[in-house]
Amino acid sequence: MPARNAKSLEAQRSRAAEEWAALQNNSRPVIYVGAGSCGLAAGAEEVIEAMESYLAKNKIEADLLRVGCIGPCYLEPLVDIQMPGRPRISYSNNTPALIQDVLESFFEKGEVYQRRLVGHLGADGGDGLPRFFDHPMLARQVRIVLRNCGIIDPENTGHYLARDGYRAFEKCLTLPWTEVLDIVKKSGLRGRGGAGFPTWRKWQICRENESDTRYMICNADEGDPGAFMNRSLIEGDPHAVLEGLLIAGYTIGARQGTIYIRAEYPLAIERLRRALADMRELGLLGERILGSDFSFDIKIKEGAGAFVCGEETALIAGIEGRRGMPRTRPPFPAQEGLWGKPTIINNVETLATLPHIIRHGAEWFSQYGTETSKGTKTFSLVGKVRRTGLIEVPLGMTLRSVIYDVGGGLVKEFKAVQTGGPSGGCLSEEFLDLPIDYESLTAAGSIMGSGGLIVVDRNTCIVDTAKYFLNFTQAESCGKCVPCRVGTRHLVHILERISQGKGELDDLAKLEHLARSIKGGSLCGLGQTAPNPVLSTIRYFRDEFLAHIKDKRCPAAVCRDLVVYRIIKDKCTGCQRCVQVCPTGAISGPRSEAHNLDESKCIKCRSCYEICRFDAIAGDAIVIESRA
Amino acid sequence: MSGDPWAALSQDFAGEPADLIPVLQRVQAAEGYLPPDSIRRVARWLKISENEIYGVATFFAQFRFSPPGRHLLKVCLGTACHVKGGEQMLEVLRRRLDVEPGESTADGQYQLERVACLGCCALAPVVSLDNKIYGQTSVLKVQELLDARQKREKP
Repeated sequence: MPARNAKSLEAQRSRAAEEWAALQNNSRPVIYVGAGSCGLAAGAEEVIEAMESYLAKNKIEADLLRVGCIGPCYLEPLVDIQMPGRPRISYSNNTPALIQDVLESFFEKGEVYQRRLVGHLGADGGDGLPRFFDHPMLARQVRIVLRNCGIIDPENTGHYLARDGYRAFEKCLTLPWTEVLDIVKKSGLRGRGGAGFPTWRKWQICRENESDTRYMICNADEGDPGAFMNRSLIEGDPHAVLEGLLIAGYTIGARQGTIYIRAEYPLAIERLRRALADMRELGLLGERILGSDFSFDIKIKEGAGAFVCGEETALIAGIEGRRGMPRTRPPFPAQEGLWGKPTIINNVETLATLPHIIRHGAEWFSQYGTETSKGTKTFSLVGKVRRTGLIEVPLGMTLRSVIYDVGGGLVKEFKAVQTGGPSGGCLSEEFLDLPIDYESLTAAGSIMGSGGLIVVDRNTCIVDTAKYFLNFTQAESCGKCVPCRVGTRHLVHILERISQGKGELDDLAKLEHLARSIKGGSLCGLGQTAPNPVLSTIRYFRDEFLAHIKDKRCPAAVCRDLVVYRIIKDKCTGCQRCVQVCPTGAISGPRSEAHNLDESKCIKCRSCYEICRFDAIAGDAIVIESRA
Repeated sequence: MSGDPWAALSQDFAGEPADLIPVLQRVQAAEGYLPPDSIRRVARWLKISENEIYGVATFFAQFRFSPPGRHLLKVCLGTACHVKGGEQMLEVLRRRLDVEPGESTADGQYQLERVACLGCCALAPVVSLDNKIYGQTSVLKVQELLDARQKREKP
């Protein structure tokens, strides 16, 4: 029977709790597979097929659950095996062949398989095995927003309910909106989408605007390249976001909520659709929710692909069916937003944090973080670190701690960390001890942004990185403001010239001058921050720019026009593998003799370099180096 | 969309100008792109000029105006993929398939697209073929993927 009021929801919850407890004290084997987008990309589907056929062949009855991303994406596909009476044990980097050994060990020998064992996720002892959350990537994390990700089945609403789901929302229904606002104010929560505006302040402006209608929007149009926190969160725990949306809607007095989500995230959209259907069934959407005076409904709008729609007024234009172009503010959306009505737009992570703040209190939340940046923040830690994935750490942790303790450092020498996506900057080694908080990052010339942390080493060219970001913002500029539309194009031209070895000494001054004009002359956040990658790289990596301009060298050997591919004759065994893969016939030479590389035909595609490293006898006979 | 897609559309949408983007998304899902005839029909239905519809549709990256190739091959050029060699993969595929990003091959088999981010940055560089994502790939692995696919499809 579907729940329709608070009492029937509680009954539903206790049934769900029983089922959850039964899953923890299972009488038959349970297998959990990390099947978020990253797990699937690493091959989870093939591993699932292999397991299903093993179980069918051996007539073993077991439950197979697909869970979201638990964080260490570099260990995907992760599979957890939980035998009756044993803890849930996690195995990394599975393939159809490798999982066979794990299953055989458990089901045929009755032994815990030892190789590729990450740890156990049980509450207690765990047969003397290491704890999963003691893994070096996880030990220093504080998982609040991500607490359910990878643990529960995101398509089973009962799992969310059993773990105190929707309790925070129910508590809100018993409080006047002013009190909810007060809790959020005391918690110090700031927007997790990038700018870090205090959440409560925005809400108050909206609520205090006289209006018959107000709108609540969840911004899931995660546009920063190199960031996937929101995707993972929605895929792994959709109800956390939806409960937050209910709480926000209640506080600002909205009746309609919209989730604006990227069409590139099909799995996340599917999970939200299912979750919404379940909410309707439970009476958590619609008229007079759980018998209260609060009525609310949520619909999904798929974004059609425009980075500028991360800007609030552009996002609203997109929902209204127009070109996603920003407009002047004030009036701010909290005053006049969707269809001219007061509107609040909150990021996915901001919303998913709310249930925890309401349930545990403002003081509990503000124990984490710094004076001005409270709580925890999720980051996508990617690039050249050893341990890549989705992490959640208290604000105020240093970059060094995140990169070296959580991320395990780099294989090669550290060069820079890029934060804040295309609106952010590249920070050099001297900033490693900088605490990650809104103010410190801004003061250093970058921004917090939505949470992308891209670590690069000495094999990444800084000029190329700046050019990459400017190419991106130039393509995504909506064209409304001339300084942004034309200015970013000129920045790209100058950077291209430098990367081709045609730069001139006054180019740096030109870049800086142009960058300042774009920042000052643009209407929205895209234009105002687009030059950040250029300014921060010139500021902290001037030598590398000068090497390109004066010496016509690319120290990282990346910029195509400044590098050469060379075969080291003494090392080449003449195995011909590179000859076979070269798409332009630039490499020649008879078998067993050192090969020749014709530079005029070489398109620098890396094919020969890769095949030599991974598949040839010599292994290191082809080098890519900067022209002298 | 099975049956008459237009009947399903008029059932699911009120036919207001604000429905434009979701309606175009549905048309593209059914037809693979936005043919001029369909745009004319949407214009009449939602009472928006064709010019205006093209204005909106060309603004967003999702919409296509020519028929796509049968298999959609996306090369991710998000930041993490860029620093791990995504550009070279695009270059190799561009040559191999003899198309520019956004175009389909002469035989209509492959559509090559560059995308800003598929959100699998921890497994960079990634490509996706018909919506299946392949992580930790390389100029060589992506070619092996195509070799295997093309071999299977040859009779």
